[in-house]
Amino acid sequence: MSAQPHRLARGGRIDRSRPLAFTFDGHAYTGFLGDTLASALLANGVHLVGRSFKYHRPRGIYSAGPEEPNALISLRRGGRHEPNVAATTVELFEGLEAHSQNNWPSLGFDMMSIVDRFSRIFAAGFYYKTFMGPFRGAWMFYEKFVRRATGFGSPPLERDPDRYEKSHAFCDVLVVGGGASGLVAALAAGRSGARVVLADDGANLGGSLLSRPSGGDSDAWLGAVVVELKKLPNVRLMTRTTVFGAYDNLVFGLVERVGDHLPAPGPGQPRQRYWILRARQALLATGMLERPIVFGNNDLPGVMLASAGHSYVNRHAVVPGRKIVVFTNNDTAYRAALDMAAVGADVAVVDIRDAISADLDQATRKAKIVLHLGCAVARANGGKHVRSADVCSFDFVKAKIGTAKRRLPCDLLLVSGGWTPTLQLLGQRGAKPVYDEKRAMLVAAHLPRGYRIAGSASGEPSLRQRIVSGLEGGCAAAEACGFTASPDREFAGAKLPEERVMTDVAPVAAIPDPPGTGHRKKFVDFQHDVGYDDIALALSEGYESIEHLKRYTTLGMALDQGKTSSVNALAIVAQMLGRPINAIGTTTFRPPYRPVAIGALAGPETEQQFKPIRRSPMHHLHARNGAVFTTTGLWLRPWYYPKPGETLRDAYIREADAVRKTVGMTDVSTLGKIDVQGPDAAEFLNRIYANDFDTLAVGKARYGVMLRPDGIVVDDGTTSRITEHHYFMTTTTGGAGKVMTFLEYLLQTTWSELKVQLTSVTSQWAAVAVAGPRSRDLVAVLVRDVDFGNAAFPFMGVRHGNIGSIPVRVLRISFSGELAYEIYTPAGFGEALWQTVGEAGRAFGLVTYGIEALGALRIEKGHVAGAEIDGRTTLTDMGLARMASKKKPYIGSVLMQREGLLDGNRPQLVGLEAANGDIELRAGAILCEPGQHEGHGIGFVSSVTYSPALGRHIAIGFVAGGMSREGKLIDAVFPLRGEVTTVRVRSPRFVDPEGARLNA
Amino acid sequence: MLRIVCPYCGVRDQVEFVYGGDAASGFPDLADSDLDRWTDAVFIRDNPLGEHREFWQHHHGCRQWLYVVRDTVTHEIESVAAGSGGAGKE
Repeated sequence: MSAQPHRLARGGRIDRSRPLAFTFDGHAYTGFLGDTLASALLANGVHLVGRSFKYHRPRGIYSAGPEEPNALISLRRGGRHEPNVAATTVELFEGLEAHSQNNWPSLGFDMMSIVDRFSRIFAAGFYYKTFMGPFRGAWMFYEKFVRRATGFGSPPLERDPDRYEKSHAFCDVLVVGGGASGLVAALAAGRSGARVVLADDGANLGGSLLSRPSGGDSDAWLGAVVVELKKLPNVRLMTRTTVFGAYDNLVFGLVERVGDHLPAPGPGQPRQRYWILRARQALLATGMLERPIVFGNNDLPGVMLASAGHSYVNRHAVVPGRKIVVFTNNDTAYRAALDMAAVGADVAVVDIRDAISADLDQATRKAKIVLHLGCAVARANGGKHVRSADVCSFDFVKAKIGTAKRRLPCDLLLVSGGWTPTLQLLGQRGAKPVYDEKRAMLVAAHLPRGYRIAGSASGEPSLRQRIVSGLEGGCAAAEACGFTASPDREFAGAKLPEERVMTDVAPVAAIPDPPGTGHRKKFVDFQHDVGYDDIALALSEGYESIEHLKRYTTLGMALDQGKTSSVNALAIVAQMLGRPINAIGTTTFRPPYRPVAIGALAGPETEQQFKPIRRSPMHHLHARNGAVFTTTGLWLRPWYYPKPGETLRDAYIREADAVRKTVGMTDVSTLGKIDVQGPDAAEFLNRIYANDFDTLAVGKARYGVMLRPDGIVVDDGTTSRITEHHYFMTTTTGGAGKVMTFLEYLLQTTWSELKVQLTSVTSQWAAVAVAGPRSRDLVAVLVRDVDFGNAAFPFMGVRHGNIGSIPVRVLRISFSGELAYEIYTPAGFGEALWQTVGEAGRAFGLVTYGIEALGALRIEKGHVAGAEIDGRTTLTDMGLARMASKKKPYIGSVLMQREGLLDGNRPQLVGLEAANGDIELRAGAILCEPGQHEGHGIGFVSSVTYSPALGRHIAIGFVAGGMSREGKLIDAVFPLRGEVTTVRVRSPRFVDPEGARLNA
Repeated sequence: MLRIVCPYCGVRDQVEFVYGGDAASGFPDLADSDLDRWTDAVFIRDNPLGEHREFWQHHHGCRQWLYVVRDTVTHEIESVAAGSGGAGKE
């Protein structure tokens, strides 16, 4: 089928040599290159394209642009399926496949349209009022049915095959909108040398000029301007690009639809590209949008904005009807009336105003247009398409409708209720518009710093003046960036014919029902099915604040964000309350201006690219050794090294057991490392650690605990004194970043008198921990230039030496509680170190162990880690109170004395094991007094493991009273699984409480 | 997104910085053991409408802590100074 019965033989900005086949709900149609899906459907006589959100009323194409409230369709299939797309913004391409939404079994016969018959009970607040009872959780029960009955399209279920990009850009002047004024602004700024970005939503530059008849003077003018702009190397023209967000400090979010107009993106091309643009000045030439007039059945397919009719006839050479009624309160709708009459349509105009200008009167007479002045369309009639319009006399000053009714048959009803400048971007910056009574529109009241406004967005009615405002705005913006610009008025569209401008408006938002004719629904927000009556109901229930009314009725909250409805709603509320519109206020605009795909915002930052991965210098050796990895912050760390057939549990128990019995090695390169240097380094460490550091000798290491200023423990680690003024600090893997940041803060802002330099060296060092009874034998074989005798190199000693050509720093410290050493080497030697230790270790029965075994070993010793240092615990809570220095003040020393933190009944660290047999405990279990399982309990289990040394499951946790409960029984409760385990409290030092092993 | 003029690096995106809280009052002297003064410094914050003096660190840049005066209503940044009292880059 390729008849296109509503297509004109000539004219338009379409390429008739490029026919494009497409389908809608499975029916095949043809359009042309240059069509939108909407214009192609209208050319084929298709008006009915969807069912409404709540009432399932038939809906047609209402506009010709991004303001479209009705014609939401689903596009494409499979992974490229995209719901809720406005057909008016979709460029037609070969093979396009579109479907209607929210209907069953079909668009023409929708079972759920029964809802419309009962619409009175589905009024504003219906869900709140109806589905809240009669039982608790009723809404949860009803919701799944309600969700099925209402709504838009469904999301794609398959993976999106396309790529999305994120890009950054800078410019001096951003011009938003490529209509006449925006183009002139870009040219004026571009000629001065300023770097200009001009972004326009559409595929073609020209804005409203594209709705003028093709081949006229405006085309020649437009062509010349675009040619010159394209020649300027400092001007970037971005079409199919929406500026959807205006953020702080002149940062803008743009989405460029690179491949949306194609069946699939070209080779190497993304589907869409998200731009983060930083501008020095912004000029908004965003134009304006027409708004409807609210009357009975005003949502019928075949009712359309007059500007849309104007655009379809001139841009797409489509006349969406044969017998046309134009209903207006201003002059602009006459453009559509005259242009449609000129191509042979039968046109009548219903104008609310009592009189029109002489030249307009003459033009309509010449075009044989029937005029009904001082009248209003009170109602549209029809089933799935408009068949006629009921016209009554209307006194707009008194808002009084006459009884005398005339029924005008029609198949297209064009409506113009005035215009609304597109000020959403200003609104996003907090610049609320105000209502200008004279022009009957919301206009910008004040401009944020760096913003200018030009063209019809400024409310300027005359095209010539709009172009001048673009010229002046472009010059001013360039000059604000330090360029010299000269406005060339000769150029400023002098040759362009003036158009019917928006003056002399009769401001009317809604037409009352004619007396004695019953009631029909009058829609204000088509997309969310919010009617005139819903506003009245909300006001009667006390929702007078426009922000409350919006949320109660959901007016303006649909995908179109009220582009066609919000001003009418304000006017209706103002009228009902008897207040001026400016006393009603406006709702808040937030980004995005148009719906933006989440894929575009995410760009390539998905899955592996979502966040960076940090790998230790020995990572590839671990992978080769069959390690299973887990993450700690951004780090990938070996979790365990399974032998064939081993589970995690098998592996970690074997690994931990070997450490206790022979020797093991593990990669500790991920520990945070900070090089601390300077004559005041000792004093600095003394201030930041809770324990004393000024007594630390050269060649020794000390375990240190840091508090936050509020007295809570933040991190722990060891710090070694390398030389008099040089220390080497380690932090936890996860805490490294915040510790560094806080230490820098203190040095730079609080203690700038201290001569200390900090350098993060986390990535500069690789480290291997060698632990177990045979670790000394192993390291002694390796590091031949260091004496490993217990007296020569005692616990907490630090030595420097070499393993062959590998320089090493060896710390005799232990996390596992075994005799142990940490061997540090510059990161580049990491692989060599790991391999050398591994090879030498074979003779000693060395195993490699991962962090699960490391965890088991430290829990056996009652050493605290991240699960205990959880941002809520104090030194006392963790049994470390004796570490706190009594000799000096330190960060946190004052606020750790707060009453609540000294409460002896705070949960404190204990060891736990099942009282009856060997039962695996759960981290996170709540500790309760025996049998008293209500409430928050008296503590919790923080870490659990199987202890190879004890041959049973153990845990550590916090319980009120701590070790005063030693030997007592309490309950570990895990309500999620309904588990209760009786546990015995014991010392958290399950293994070697005297520390004999590490001092051996 | 804010654009912050680092005295050392020039104008940079907010994503390079980390917010560091109220800079209206610093910590008391470490030797000061007065619980109330520390409580005030650590917990008590003004919530001004308008100018707010606050810390930002140029975390992914020069790592300098900065005093930033920002308008809490408009997000306009009135001034930026080095936290260390340094003059920044010439």
